[in-house]
Amino acid sequence: MSTQESYVTADGRTIGPTVMEMKNITLRFGGVKAITDISFDIREGEIRAIIGPNGAGKSSMLNVISGFYIPQEGEVWYKGHKRPPMKPYEVAQQGIARTFQNIALFEGMTVLDNVMTGRLNHMKTGMLAQAIWKGKAEAEEVENREKVEKIIDFLEIQHIRKTPVARLPYGLKKRVELARALAAEPSILLLDEPMAGMNVEEKEDMSRFILDVNDEFGTTIALIEHDMGVVMDLSDRVVVMDYGKKIGDGTPDEVRNNQDVIDAYLGVAHD
Amino acid sequence: MPDQLLFGMEVFLNGLMAGVLYALVALGFVLIYKASGIFNYAQGVMALFAAMTLVGIMNGQVPFAHLINAVFGLHVTNFGWTVPALLAIALTVVVMIGLAWMVQHFVMRHLVGQEPIILFMATIGLAYFLEGVADLMWGSEIKTLDVGLPQGINETIDRVTFDAFGYGFFIDNLDIVATVIAALLVIALVLFSQYTKQGRAMRAVADDHQAALSVGISLDFIWVLVWSVAGFVALVAGIMWGAKSGVQFSLSLIALKALPVLMLGGFTSIPGAIVGGLIIGVGEKMFEFLVGPMVGGATENWFAYVLALLFLVFRPQGLFGEKIIERV
Ligand SMILES: Nc1ncnc2c1ncn2[C@@H]1O[C@H](COP(=O)(O)OP(=O)(O)OP(=O)(O)O)[C@@H](O)[C@H]1O
Ligand SMILES: [Mg+2]
Repeated sequence: MSTQESYVTADGRTIGPTVMEMKNITLRFGGVKAITDISFDIREGEIRAIIGPNGAGKSSMLNVISGFYIPQEGEVWYKGHKRPPMKPYEVAQQGIARTFQNIALFEGMTVLDNVMTGRLNHMKTGMLAQAIWKGKAEAEEVENREKVEKIIDFLEIQHIRKTPVARLPYGLKKRVELARALAAEPSILLLDEPMAGMNVEEKEDMSRFILDVNDEFGTTIALIEHDMGVVMDLSDRVVVMDYGKKIGDGTPDEVRNNQDVIDAYLGVAHD
Repeated sequence: MPDQLLFGMEVFLNGLMAGVLYALVALGFVLIYKASGIFNYAQGVMALFAAMTLVGIMNGQVPFAHLINAVFGLHVTNFGWTVPALLAIALTVVVMIGLAWMVQHFVMRHLVGQEPIILFMATIGLAYFLEGVADLMWGSEIKTLDVGLPQGINETIDRVTFDAFGYGFFIDNLDIVATVIAALLVIALVLFSQYTKQGRAMRAVADDHQAALSVGISLDFIWVLVWSVAGFVALVAGIMWGAKSGVQFSLSLIALKALPVLMLGGFTSIPGAIVGGLIIGVGEKMFEFLVGPMVGGATENWFAYVLALLFLVFRPQGLFGEKIIERV
């Protein structure tokens, strides 16, 4: 199957050509090789999972994509162009939003304010213009507010709109973080263990939200997840990592039957 | 009304006015501390530098004249023109923004992620460096700063209070203007941080660096912005203080008075800086008035520090800081 041709999935979603491609990425921290020569691609509109045991290098890979880590070797291609080394904020400005494994919210702000920061990149009016030309700034603020309220409704967090984030339970914080990422209207959404530490019910909600985001907004999603059931249900294709290397890549069925993957997950001794 | 009470009220009002200045300097500290976790020891020197630059520009002084003359064997001191106050203030703002940019690019960006004590040491270095530069640039003699602010006793207050109580209050016009300007400045800062894109980004950076990066905020840009705003606050403080007691190197010592203010108000609270400043201002004047005569006076030198010490013991998070609970 060529990666340039669109196709329609069993549940009727259209998967487009490659939007992001990682080529031979190697990342070291001093002597530790977190990622060794890994290549894979992400296609437009798909849900791409990255799985692997603890310390496999999954978060490191997400950090490379989002510009938080600069790999020593390899290339990142985005929308058909090779990406020069970039700061995280520049990557974000290119339409790549993310959440963190350990949640990074603005704890001192309300839920609404947190989600509003997701729209900073869409606020055009400059500092001076805002001071002088109040009308335009207000119109922009109203428009941004409407978008944000839509997302807040979508993720069913209306009831905590004005609550300071610091007071929320873990599961809701994860949802607010997703809301903030979505507010940026990203073309790619990176989720680092969006369901970690949640109970079954919360996981089901989160799975539904992820599917709905992908379906309704057509957002491309790359996510890291440990829960195999969830991964198999959600994703179109899966990359499997172990000790910084890629040991599998394909549809959920393909990787499930891959002997290397089975070994890694059954904890077969590495030589 | 008994004379003593009236006199006390007058002292109280004057303390309030003095407190405004402390609050302004403390505000500069809080801005930078909130956004970057840096305790900027150089805030006081920045006020001095700003005031000296303003005077230098207004008087048409040639910057680095001494150095230029020594190197090239010239005798230049003055351009031979004077610059109107408002234009000079605008130019000084530009200089302070330039300074903010240089601090960020040549010093602070190389220290990202270092221990707070390292950052603090860097600002001590910055303070002495800046003091030297100010000296080299504009000379070290005491200068008068006159941007046209009204000075002297406010006749209206004097007359009204005299008619009402039979005792005329002595309130300096400069203090009244300083209070109004400081209030306007604080309102402008609040509006800026609540309602502009950059203000929102500033609050985001103050809260969480990683999260701020992930929504597309450049930390470098915000830090230059924050140092610029702190530079502007320093300029305002420098103008007030300079108009009051002349532009001289002791100006940088007001930074030390800001320390007890911060201990009262908390290092991260803008309302705290304001209220803390006012309490210290009023407190030291009232204490001197009430207790001073019994202990031989000069209590203003130490009152603020002792008050801060009491706070450290009984309420270490300050008036407005969050309660510190050790997690175990
Ligand atoms: N900033 C860092 N500095 C040094 N080493 C790091 C850093 N980030 C990751 N590593 C190392 O890189 C390796 C991969 O870590 P990473 O966090 O990417 O794994 P992971 O697959 O996300 O694991 P988990 O499932 O536990 O989240 C580990 O050995 C880790 O210690
Ligand atoms: Mg991880």
